Amino acid sequence: MTEHNVRNFNINFGPQHPAAHGVLRLVLELDGEIVERVDPHIGLLHRGTEKLIETKTYLQAVPYFDRLDYVAPMNQEHAFALAVERLTGTEVPIRGQLIRVLYSEIGRILSHLLNVTTQAMDVGALTPPLWGFEEREKLMVFYERACGARMHAAYVRPGGVHQDIPHKLVEDIGNWIDPFLKTVDDIEGLLTDNRIFKQRNVDIGVVRLEDAWAWGFSGVMVRGSGAAWDLRRAQPYECYSDLDFDIPIGKNGDCYDRYLIRVIEMRESAKIMRQCVDRLLGDAKVGPVSSLDGKMVPPKRGEMKRSMEGLIHHFKLYTEGYHVPEGDVYAAVEAPKGEFGVYLVADGTNKPYRCKIRAPGYAHLQAMDFLCRGHQLADVSAVLGSLDIVFGEVDR
Amino acid sequence: MSEALQELSSYIGEAAGDLVASAEIAYGELTLVTDGARVIDLLTFLHDDVQCAFVNLVDICGVDWPKRADRFDVVYHLLSPRQNQRIRVKVATGEDVPVPSACAVYPGADWFEREAYDMYGILFTGHPDLRRILTDYGFEGHPLRKDFPTTGFVEVRYDDEVKRVVYEPVELKQEFRNFDFLSPWEGTDYVLPGDEKAKTN
Repeated sequence: MTEHNVRNFNINFGPQHPAAHGVLRLVLELDGEIVERVDPHIGLLHRGTEKLIETKTYLQAVPYFDRLDYVAPMNQEHAFALAVERLTGTEVPIRGQLIRVLYSEIGRILSHLLNVTTQAMDVGALTPPLWGFEEREKLMVFYERACGARMHAAYVRPGGVHQDIPHKLVEDIGNWIDPFLKTVDDIEGLLTDNRIFKQRNVDIGVVRLEDAWAWGFSGVMVRGSGAAWDLRRAQPYECYSDLDFDIPIGKNGDCYDRYLIRVIEMRESAKIMRQCVDRLLGDAKVGPVSSLDGKMVPPKRGEMKRSMEGLIHHFKLYTEGYHVPEGDVYAAVEAPKGEFGVYLVADGTNKPYRCKIRAPGYAHLQAMDFLCRGHQLADVSAVLGSLDIVFGEVDR
Repeated sequence: MSEALQELSSYIGEAAGDLVASAEIAYGELTLVTDGARVIDLLTFLHDDVQCAFVNLVDICGVDWPKRADRFDVVYHLLSPRQNQRIRVKVATGEDVPVPSACAVYPGADWFEREAYDMYGILFTGHPDLRRILTDYGFEGHPLRKDFPTTGFVEVRYDDEVKRVVYEPVELKQEFRNFDFLSPWEGTDYVLPGDEKAKTN
């Protein structure tokens, strides 16, 4: 055998690459087909969200959160609303809480459907995204019927939700659940025991639990490594402590376990949605959906037209906005991708002084080098897919 | 919840009181204040101690207070899955006073510190690779500082003649409008003309 002059070479993955799930540029250093080093270059979708929020009132800041993880918009708004509510000491009525939980779980299914199916596409399957997107479209119609927009909802606002939802919508969501579980069965039938899918995912991107914590992972990434950790159970917010659902955990911490967890979480979310639907049509059929504090939540339109006080409140809340007492809080929700947190520093005025957005994808993506080192080039896209990255929230 | 937090606070005060300048519980969250020289020892203690076990680094971010002598706060958020507790550590630092990097304690600190450097210009000593992360290649300035304008300084467009993207000074069709909606009757520190006697009773 002759001695070859072997050298490492670098390749550029993205920013325009279908498996990059957005605008990610990876600089890969390869030794043959083995990845030696990964250097993710991010920020191509950086819009200065945090800076913009500092120049807006608290209510005007809400729509920016839809544009972070645009796959599950309401979950982000939820974190911001919780932060403001904690500072102002606002209570949300039970019907509002149930609607929030219902739509958070719709968001979780939206996100997991996208991730599970497109990760399958990254490793070679074409049918799952076609089946999954049909269901996503139905869920987006539910979004639209609640708030008027398919994606950028601005629906979960500090104090509650923007407006009540009709009973027909709740019934339709209830009727959607059972056929959806059938679709999950179908998608699982395509993937779970699929030989190619397993070859591409089992034992790929293995994370030990200690590493997962140290790298700042959260959500499915730590559950896949065996931690029974879910903020909905561990540090419950809204009415999650009254609801019955299970938290799936993995044993091996590989891409395949994370896939299985996401599928089971979709079923659990459907279970939560069923309970919310039952209560929204049962004991919480009528009632306020947002706080009754007139200094925080604008009055109904009819009231604004008739009552002088309502008119004053309406005017003040849509120009000056409400003042949030001085202090800082960190509020987090279990978003589909992991722990989505908002660190809010208020200075007593009508605008946030500082609003740091803690996106789960940011912490996950920085571990790409740690996860991919020593793997084959083809595994990079499998690992990236199972991290569940959306650039809206990574780049902010 | 708050009792457990109180307990945790007094435990940290006993076991590592010399590493903490002050501890405060507000809005159900525990905040420790320390300084740059002691922060790594404190983080190591919080990470390693069995009763704390803050093994998960949630977030590191900067906050700008331009009127203060040490204008930046570096804020660390930690999570202990075993104790089911969160904790916040604050370090005040100046524009050219570096803070030691937490990368040795938490490998996940890497990008968060890069972001704090990029957005505020806070320097971290011992960081393996302190590059800009979110802003453009060759960007100048630190956009989240309070004295950086929201509109920025430059804008980009594709120039068809030179066949590449060019940078130009930002030119707005309409000035960026920042309305002061704060009510003149509350929250202001100046006295309205004719209002001098209003508060004297």
